Amino acid sequence: MGISQIIFYLLASFTIFTALFVVFSKNPIYSVLWLILCFFSVAGHFVMLNAQFLAVVHIIVYSGAIMVLFLFTVMLLNLNKETEPHKPLLLKFAAVISGGVLFLIILAAMKTTIPSNYIAPKASEIGYVKQIGMKLYREYTLPFEVASILFLSAMIGSVVLAKKERA
Amino acid sequence: MENSIQSIPQNWYLILSSFMFCIGIMGVLFRRNAIIILMCIELMLNAVNLLLVSFSSYAGNAEGQVFVFFIMVVAAAEVAVGLALLVSIYRNIASTDINILSKMKW
Repeated sequence: MGISQIIFYLLASFTIFTALFVVFSKNPIYSVLWLILCFFSVAGHFVMLNAQFLAVVHIIVYSGAIMVLFLFTVMLLNLNKETEPHKPLLLKFAAVISGGVLFLIILAAMKTTIPSNYIAPKASEIGYVKQIGMKLYREYTLPFEVASILFLSAMIGSVVLAKKERA
Repeated sequence: MENSIQSIPQNWYLILSSFMFCIGIMGVLFRRNAIIILMCIELMLNAVNLLLVSFSSYAGNAEGQVFVFFIMVVAAAEVAVGLALLVSIYRNIASTDINILSKMKW
C-alpha cells in the first residue's frame, strides 16, 4: 500500500467522521466547528486530486467566508444546547435508515459505471491556475459575468431580507 | 504527491462522495434546527464538488473544475440569502425550529 493510499484513507475517514459529528453533535456551535474541519479535509482531497487552485479557493470561500457567516448567525441568534429542538427517537431512526438505504441504492447504481481498477493515464496540470483561467476566461466568459450578477442580486437580496422592517 | 492519482482507483472517490451526500441527506432528515439543515445542504454540495473534481482529474478534462467553481459561487449566494431569511424568521417567531414553520404544510 503506497503512501498516497494511506493519506487517502486517513483523509477520507477524517472527512466522514467530521461529517457525522456535524449531524450528531448536540450543540449547534460544535456542528459549525466540525463542518469547518470537514471542509478543510475536502480541500485536502482536492490537493490529492491535483486541483490546487480549487483547494485554495475552497479554503478561502468555504472555511473562510461561508463558515464565518454560519458562526456569526449561530452566535447572533444565541443558539445553544438548551434551545436546540430534537425530533422524536422514531423519526431519528427513520432518518438514519433512509440515509443508509439511499447510500446502498447509490452504490448499487454506480457499481457498473466504471471498472473498479480504472486508473488515470497520467498526472496532468489541469488543476493549475493557468489552465483553469484559460478555460474560465475563454470559453466560460458569459457564465462568469452572469455569476457576478448573481452575486450582486444575492447581496442586495440578503440586505433587503435581513433589514429591520419599519412598522 | 505528483502521481497520487495513479495509485488510487476512482471508485474510492465515488464511494466517499456518495457517503458524504448520504450523511447530508440524513442530517436534513435528522435535525430540526434550520441552520443545521442549511449546513447539511452545504455538505451535500461539497460531496458533489468532490465527485466533479475527481471525474475531471481522472478524465484529464478541466471543464469539471470550472463547474466546481460555479457551484461554489452559487453555494455562497445561497448561504447568504438563506441565512438572511433565517435571521428575519428568527426576528418574527424567536426560533429556528422547522416544526413551528408549518403554515405552508399541506
